Amino acid sequence: MSGQTTAEELGPVTTLATPIRLDFEFTPGVAQSRFLRGLEKGKFVGQRCPTCGKVYVPSRGSCPTDGVPTTEDVDLGNVGTVTTYCVVNVPFAGQSIEIPYICAQVLLDGADISFMGLIQEIPTDEIRMGLRVEAVWVEPEELTPSLASVRYFRPNGEPDADYETYKDYL
Amino acid sequence: MAERCAVIGVGQTHHKSKRNDVSIAGLVREAAKMALADADLTWTDIDAVVIGKAPDMFEGNMMPELYLAPALGAVGKPMFRVHTAGSVGGSTSLVAAHLISSGIHKRVLTVAYEKQSDSDAMWALSVPQPFAAPLLAGAGGYFAPHIRAYMRRSGAPEHIGRMVAVKDRINALRNPYAHLHLPDIDMKMVEDSMMLWDPLRYLEACPSSDGAAAMVLAAEDSLSGSFPPAWIHGMAMRSEPTMFAGRDQVNPQAGRDCSADVYAQAGITNPRAEIDVAEVYVPFSWYEPMWLENLGFCDLGDGWKLTEAGATAFEGDIPWNTSGGVLSSNPIGASGMLRFLEVAMQVRGQAGEHQIDGARRALGQAYGGGSQFFSMWVVGSDKP
Repeated sequence: MSGQTTAEELGPVTTLATPIRLDFEFTPGVAQSRFLRGLEKGKFVGQRCPTCGKVYVPSRGSCPTDGVPTTEDVDLGNVGTVTTYCVVNVPFAGQSIEIPYICAQVLLDGADISFMGLIQEIPTDEIRMGLRVEAVWVEPEELTPSLASVRYFRPNGEPDADYETYKDYL
Repeated sequence: MAERCAVIGVGQTHHKSKRNDVSIAGLVREAAKMALADADLTWTDIDAVVIGKAPDMFEGNMMPELYLAPALGAVGKPMFRVHTAGSVGGSTSLVAAHLISSGIHKRVLTVAYEKQSDSDAMWALSVPQPFAAPLLAGAGGYFAPHIRAYMRRSGAPEHIGRMVAVKDRINALRNPYAHLHLPDIDMKMVEDSMMLWDPLRYLEACPSSDGAAAMVLAAEDSLSGSFPPAWIHGMAMRSEPTMFAGRDQVNPQAGRDCSADVYAQAGITNPRAEIDVAEVYVPFSWYEPMWLENLGFCDLGDGWKLTEAGATAFEGDIPWNTSGGVLSSNPIGASGMLRFLEVAMQVRGQAGEHQIDGARRALGQAYGGGSQFFSMWVVGSDKP
C-alpha cells in the first residue's frame, strides 16, 4: 500500500455536504380552497367575521380574534394600498425574483388585513407608504389556483392614501 | 406557593461564524461543561435536562435532542426539547425554571444552541409556500417593513438605527465570547455598509453564528458554586397569532402582556427606575427603540429619544445589551438564552469587563417568529 496517503496525513473530516430534497403535498382545506379558486378566476375572495365584521383575505375559515366560523364571502376588488414595504437587495439560495425588488404589505380596499405583494412598474427609490396599487394578473388561460396567478401589483395612478386611512393596519 | 429558583452556573462558547472543530454535540457539551464547572457540579448531580433550538430545518437534523441526550448526560434522566422560534433560548430557560419552581426537580441543566454554518437559515426561512407569494427574504425581509412602520409612527430620525448598531458593537468589545469584534465601528461604517433590506443595512443586522449557551438552575436548598445565585423574581411567556385584523406589528400585545406579568411578579412598577440592566433581543438595530416602548421603559413614541440620549449605552441609566446583544452574536437557538444568561451574570457580579457596577436586578427578554412569541425573566441578587 506504499505511496497512498494515510488517514493520518489527510487529517479528520471536518464537514460533509449532504443536500436534501423534500417534495410535499399541500391540502388547503375548505377555507383556503375558496381563496385559491377565486385566484383561478382572477379575483380576490375574502370572508367576513359575523361577530367583529372584519374581512379576512385569505380567510382561514374562522376569525382568529372571535373564534367563530366565517361564512360570508366577500369579493374584493383589484385595488389596494401599500401600508409598508421593504426593498430586498440580498441574494439567497432558492431566490426566484431578481433583486432589488419591492416586497410590500398590500391592503386591498374593503379588507381588514394586508398581505405580502410584489410591486413593479415603479423605480425602487420611488416606492412609498400609502401608494395606491392594482393587481396585474396573468393571461386568462394561465390562471391557476395559486398566487402565481397574480404577476405583481403596480401603481394605479390614484393619489396616495392618507396615513390616517391605513395607520391601524401596520 | 412556588419554590424559589436561582441560576447557579452559566456557560457559553466563543461564538463564531464557523466552528468546524466541533460537531453539534461537541458544541453543546462545551457550554454545558462550563456551566457545571461554574456551579461546582458534575453531570451526575443533574436531575433533568431541557434543551432548545430554533427550527430543525436550519441544520437539517430532525429532533436533535434524541442524538444529543448522551452528550448532555441525560441518559436515564428526563429530557425535554423546547421550540418557540427565536425566543426559544428564553422559553427553554423558563421551562427548566418551572421544573424547579414546581418542586419536581432540584437541579436542572438547560442548554440552547445553533450551528448556522451547518446549513442556511436564510434559505430555511424563505422556502416558498403554496398560499403566499415567494417574496420573503429571511428574517430581515419580514421585519424591515415593520421597522419602517415604526419610523413613520414615531417620527424617529434615520440615524437612530445606526446608533444602536454602533453601541451594541462597542459593548461587544468588552465581551470575549461575542462573535463580532469590530474595534473601528462608527456611524460612517454602518452608513457605508450595503443596504440589504431597505431601510436596513448590513451592519444594522445580526451576524450568523455557531454557538451554545447553558445554565444550571437550582432550588433554594440545592445551591452551590462560588458566585452568588441569581434569584428569579419573575418569569413569563406569551404568544399571539401572526395574522389577525388590527394586529399591532410594531408594538405587539403579547410583548406588552408578557412584560406586565413579569413586572407584577417582581413588584416592578417603573421599569426604567427599578431595572439596573437589560438584555433584550435586538436582531435588527431598530428593535431597541421599538422594545423600549413595548417593555414600558418609556411612553409610546419615545423609545428612540432614549436611544438618542444615550440612556441605553453602557454608561447610561438603563444599559441595554451590555454583552453586545444579538447584533454581535447570533447562534439563533441560543440567542434568547444568552440574554437570560447575561443578566444572571450581571446580578451575580461575574460579567467581567461588561459588568455594570452594582447591578442588583435585571431583565432578560427574547422574542421569536413574526414577533408572536415572547419570553422574559427578571433576576436579582436579593432572595425574592
